[in-house]
Amino acid sequence: MSALDVSFNEVGMPAERPLLEIRDLAITFKTSGGEVQAVRNSHLTIMPGETVAIVGESGSGKSTTALAAIGLLPGNGWISGGQILLDGEDISHASEKRMIELRGNTIGMVPQDPMSNLNPVWKIGYQVKETLRANGRPSAPEDIAKVLAEAGLPDAHRRAKQYPHEFSGGMRQRALIAIGLSCQPRLLIADEPTSALDVTVQRQILDHLEGMTSELGTAVLLITHDLGLAAERADKVVVMYRGQVVEAGPSLELLENPQHPYTQRLVASAPSLASRRIQVAKDLGLKSDELLAPTEALVEPSMTENVLQIQDLTKVFKLRSGLGRSTDFTAVDNVSFSVKRGTTTAIVGESGSGKSTVAQMVLNLLPPTSGKIIFDGVDTSTLNSKQIFAFRRRVQPIFQDPYGSLDPMYNIYRTIEEPLRTHKVGNKVSREKKVRELLDQVALPQSTMQRYPNELSGGQRQRVAIARALALDPEVIICDEAVSALDVLVQAQVLNLLADLQSNLGLTYLFITHDLAVVRQIADHVCVMEKGKLVETGSTDEVFDSPQQDYTKALLNAIPGAKLMLPPEVA
Amino acid sequence: MKSNRQMEHYVAPLEDTPLLATDALKEDQAPLSLWQDAWRQLRKRPLFIVAALLITLIVIVALFPGLFTQTAPDNNCQLADSQGGPRAGHPLGFTFQGCDVYARVIYGTRASVMVGVFSVICVLIIGVTLGALAGFFGGWVDVIIARLGDIFFALPIVLGALVVTQLPFFRDNKSVWTVIIVILLLGWPSMARITRAAVIEVRGADFITAARSLGVSNIQTLIRHVLPNALAPIIVLATMELGVFIVLEATLSFLGIGLPGSIMSWGNDIAAAQQQIRTNPSVLFYPAAALTLTVLSFIMLGDALRDALDPKSRQR
Repeated sequence: MSALDVSFNEVGMPAERPLLEIRDLAITFKTSGGEVQAVRNSHLTIMPGETVAIVGESGSGKSTTALAAIGLLPGNGWISGGQILLDGEDISHASEKRMIELRGNTIGMVPQDPMSNLNPVWKIGYQVKETLRANGRPSAPEDIAKVLAEAGLPDAHRRAKQYPHEFSGGMRQRALIAIGLSCQPRLLIADEPTSALDVTVQRQILDHLEGMTSELGTAVLLITHDLGLAAERADKVVVMYRGQVVEAGPSLELLENPQHPYTQRLVASAPSLASRRIQVAKDLGLKSDELLAPTEALVEPSMTENVLQIQDLTKVFKLRSGLGRSTDFTAVDNVSFSVKRGTTTAIVGESGSGKSTVAQMVLNLLPPTSGKIIFDGVDTSTLNSKQIFAFRRRVQPIFQDPYGSLDPMYNIYRTIEEPLRTHKVGNKVSREKKVRELLDQVALPQSTMQRYPNELSGGQRQRVAIARALALDPEVIICDEAVSALDVLVQAQVLNLLADLQSNLGLTYLFITHDLAVVRQIADHVCVMEKGKLVETGSTDEVFDSPQQDYTKALLNAIPGAKLMLPPEVA
Repeated sequence: MKSNRQMEHYVAPLEDTPLLATDALKEDQAPLSLWQDAWRQLRKRPLFIVAALLITLIVIVALFPGLFTQTAPDNNCQLADSQGGPRAGHPLGFTFQGCDVYARVIYGTRASVMVGVFSVICVLIIGVTLGALAGFFGGWVDVIIARLGDIFFALPIVLGALVVTQLPFFRDNKSVWTVIIVILLLGWPSMARITRAAVIEVRGADFITAARSLGVSNIQTLIRHVLPNALAPIIVLATMELGVFIVLEATLSFLGIGLPGSIMSWGNDIAAAQQQIRTNPSVLFYPAAALTLTVLSFIMLGDALRDALDPKSRQR
């Protein structure tokens, strides 16, 4: 630990003092189960103007550390040891009055969720003005407009008079960045500033943030779960695991030469890095073994027929606009593609692109307005209720939210057994045997059967959801953002599981996602959707190597780490 | 903006934070369902313990009044004892008719609790069914049920009860059951509303879509998945309404449109006591105290249940 302080003296720059230095920080929370130490032995140093990223999975203590630096720990948490030095001043036990002086002026903050961090009843301009005034800065309309314009909001005078609900997610995040930087703080804490935004917007926002902070000379403490993003944006990366800093160092060096086993794991499984490695390997003409999906060569030739054909699929929703009137909203517009048996087809798009609506229609949960879905040679809209019941056995979904997709009242045994019971498969004994087999398949201990969903982590719940989907031996599985809510390591684990199951059981996946990095790892074919329309389809290699549409190019550029020049043998 | 400052590459010793298997299952705790978890929280709460003890006592009194008093409450009232004070064997004194106040309070419990319990059961059956159908199916089913509920909701409850009890059928057949029917008629909309809201909230969950894509029928989904998850607010409301309905019975009896005078109940006793409120206030006080205590215990129980079943207070 002390080695960190000394190093700067050795370099011969004793005059330069760290802007923020965290030493041996320990943070304790009081919970119903007693006191829990959320952060231990945490230390990091930020020099003026430097960008430092904290990387870690959820619950690793990365946000808690940052909140402690700005004195905003939740009421049941407190700093139980160590020091937080801001420009030499220990603020770990500073008075609330002193912290209020520092906030805004010296330390700014950009929160994670742009949807809930602006007060919906005040105009954007007022919320900027509030910050300026609290820090004793000029707050005339011109100043407000200037602050907003600097954050990249066009037509700032008019925008300042609008309410948050009139802003899109990206614009709200720009407004929050404007507020965070309005008083030109020396340190900006950005807590996952873009994880709630669409990928292309994410990139714009991060570019803009980077430009602004380097212009102002602001140091940035960036908190993220994505190692690729951290390495791309920060000078230095700090890896946290189970409340401790396990590794810290210059970002590129950390990627090329990770020392701690946890960092090694992270480097090996971050999807953005993995997809980048595949790309670099291809560019160099090397073969990468990281393509998880079985290529078509592995599938028996007799089975390569199209299991699913989507023809001219259109879905129009009627939006109510006043009494008796309605306007049409075309969520899915004339989409056609086909899915070969035993392969993985990914539908990629941002929120509002209609990709989930396609999934709902393929699952026969939503009737299409026009067009056909042909499953195994039969148009699914012509099925009667008995045939639909049989169809359900063959096509199963896995959903995004691991916290919402399992009934909290059902224990795991009942959850996985439900499809068998519903379809009257076997008797009690054989069903229990099947549930045990399924738990083995998704690598959960059989003792999980008696547990309830609230006792499981997100990744474990997702594995239970996979087991439930597999119970009826389906042919097609629709994964609607099935791994998007999971931490990278868990994500990699679930993706591996899905790939194994595919090669063992010959499953066909329709994979709905916004994350092209994940697509690179698992998909054979890609369909890119924008605003309800299919803009590009092709094999994964074609789409990644020579994207035809600007939109696809923008999506590809948005994968974090695209700028990193990684040697393929990293990890 | 890469700086040219030297940076230390720090690695924590592995012993400090040993690496755990990715996403391993915590197997140290016994499995716990939502209800078991709520029970564990409840049994530590003084509010719940006091309420539960009181309710147990009230139920025992209602079922076996003979355990608590040897005095028959109405057969051998002696006018000589009219408005008499407490004396040995008659701790609370006598009514205007010379009946033992203590015995009447004890024996009155049964009618009051019976009206409360059966009204709540009936309201649960009707209110939950209609509310669940309205919430789950939406559309015109929802519109009809919601408007129907609003009509009953808009009626002032006492006025509504007055009108209903004057209908010939109710006037001629005054009994515990007519009171229950009146309460049911006026009480189901609030239960239906709560159920409808809870069902709508659960209906959108992914596990409902998952059940539908397994081929589980609509009714089965409603019964097996939606209702069990919507149960918490329903239970809380039912507990509180039990108290409210007991008061309602007393109010109706007090106004002379509730239980017939031949049935002993706190409401009837309070009504009979109103003439002597100046001369002998204890006649009014004891049945009123019994009523208040009963209602209070049910409302306290509801409060404790609301905290224990609140999904927001529930942690992983």
